[in-house]
Amino acid sequence: MYSVSYHRASSVADAAKLIKKAGDGKYVSGGMTLIPAMKLRLAAPTDLVDLRHVPELKGIKVSGKAVTIGAGTTHAEVAANEKLKAVCPALSHLASMIGDPHVRHMGTIGGSIANNDPAADYPAAMLALGATIVTNKREIAAEKFFTGLFETALKDGEIVTAVRFTAPARAGYEKFRNPASRYAMTGVFVAKGRDGVRVAVTGAGDDGVFRARDMEAALAKRFDAAALDGIKVSPANMMSDIHASAEYRANLVAVMARRAVARANQ
Amino acid sequence: MSDVSMVVNGRTVSGSVEDRTLLVHFLRENLGLTGTHVGCDTSQCGACVVHVDGKAVKSCTMLAVQASGSTVVTIEGLANGADLHPVQAAFKEHHGLQCGFCTPGMIMSATDMIRRHPEGLDEATVRAELDGNICRCTGYHNIVKAILAASEAMGKAGKGKAKRAA
Ligand SMILES: Cc1cc2nc3c(=O)[nH]c(=O)nc-3n(C[C@H](O)[C@H](O)[C@H](O)COP(=O)(O)OP(=O)(O)OC[C@H]3O[C@@H](n4cnc5c(N)ncnc54)[C@H](O)[C@@H]3O)c2cc1C
Ligand code: FES
Ligand code: FES
Repeated sequence: MYSVSYHRASSVADAAKLIKKAGDGKYVSGGMTLIPAMKLRLAAPTDLVDLRHVPELKGIKVSGKAVTIGAGTTHAEVAANEKLKAVCPALSHLASMIGDPHVRHMGTIGGSIANNDPAADYPAAMLALGATIVTNKREIAAEKFFTGLFETALKDGEIVTAVRFTAPARAGYEKFRNPASRYAMTGVFVAKGRDGVRVAVTGAGDDGVFRARDMEAALAKRFDAAALDGIKVSPANMMSDIHASAEYRANLVAVMARRAVARANQ
Repeated sequence: MSDVSMVVNGRTVSGSVEDRTLLVHFLRENLGLTGTHVGCDTSQCGACVVHVDGKAVKSCTMLAVQASGSTVVTIEGLANGADLHPVQAAFKEHHGLQCGFCTPGMIMSATDMIRRHPEGLDEATVRAELDGNICRCTGYHNIVKAILAASEAMGKAGKGKAKRAA
């Protein structure tokens, strides 16, 4: 790891101030993506501004169907929260499958979506739930937030403070885990909410998370795994790497989508 | 450089470290607690697992400065004098190790896992919970056996205590 200067922020305003003063500064939340990247010298910020001790970023609020999750909430906390489990068990299930217990104790929802790894789980949930990403400056619809591989709509120094969504009537998430890294080799989140059905796919698209519109149309007519029979997923815009070919991923999208719908209907 | 201070295995320690110093290196090199191992460069093997504020974390993926102000428990902090912790005793009894390199991380993960599952553990849960701990020798079989046995022994001891208290 290259040399770095560490600063611990006490509030969101303090963090924004600290990053402004830094040369090439980066926020660190759980550090479960950033520290490994720094160890491999794939990332080399001059300064780290630690958000882990900022109380405003923590916690889960559920009121009726309205859910707000603070950006600093860990995967383990999302997985274990009983109120969330009662209104949106699919998201608890998703969080419980991220990485391993040690990663879940540190990694945060805010860090995951700010990073927008094309194989990360949360981006699929945010897109399918039609979530709003709240920052210290504005509110951004998930649709506009995830803009490509490791790319988001966040401006320099902007802090994700929370995510907000209305719990859908039904939802399900299924992923085919890369057996070594546990990331999604393909993951599909389906949600049937007030404004229809959304199907979001992660780990497969060559431009990051995307919505499968033809599946959405079919499921809007009949919310059943069988409704997806006959829908062909094209390998044209799928990732191809040492883990899986584009054709294999295209097939996984179809399989994971069926399993996700079946889980939503359980 | 930053001054760090934390409670490690019940003792308050402090030191001055480069900000990029990983917690595992602070433990091993500054404090001489070499029971915590480093098995990989990619945050995947779990040989470095310690408890920070009561939770199992990978000490190779946390800076010492990030842990400043925290309470840390390492493998050296588990036994009570010459009395092994029940998880250590179970690993010994069930032959849960061969070369022993992964063992400190396995035992720290196991104690965390047992704490989070007071209702008890089954084999499938133990195997899933070991996602973040790699062993190159044992094939996991005896590690799983040892954790199940320790969980049962600790559950009984816990109930015994509760009864006595009641
Ligand atoms: C072994 C291992 C397995 C993993 N498996 C999975 C998996 O199966 N699925 C999965 O989805 N992920 C997986 N991850 C990644 C993990 O979920 C990370 O926790 C997550 O991607 C990043 O969250 P973090 O809080 O650790 O962020 P950090 O590493 O602290 O930060 C990541 C990036 O986001 C920025 N950032 C952090 N917080 C904010 C904020 N509030 N506002 C703006 N920017 C911010 C940082 O500057 C940095 O660029 C795995 C990681 C490891 C090490
Ligand atoms: S040394 Fe920490 S996970 Fe391998
Ligand atoms: S006992 Fe050798 S790596 Fe596990």
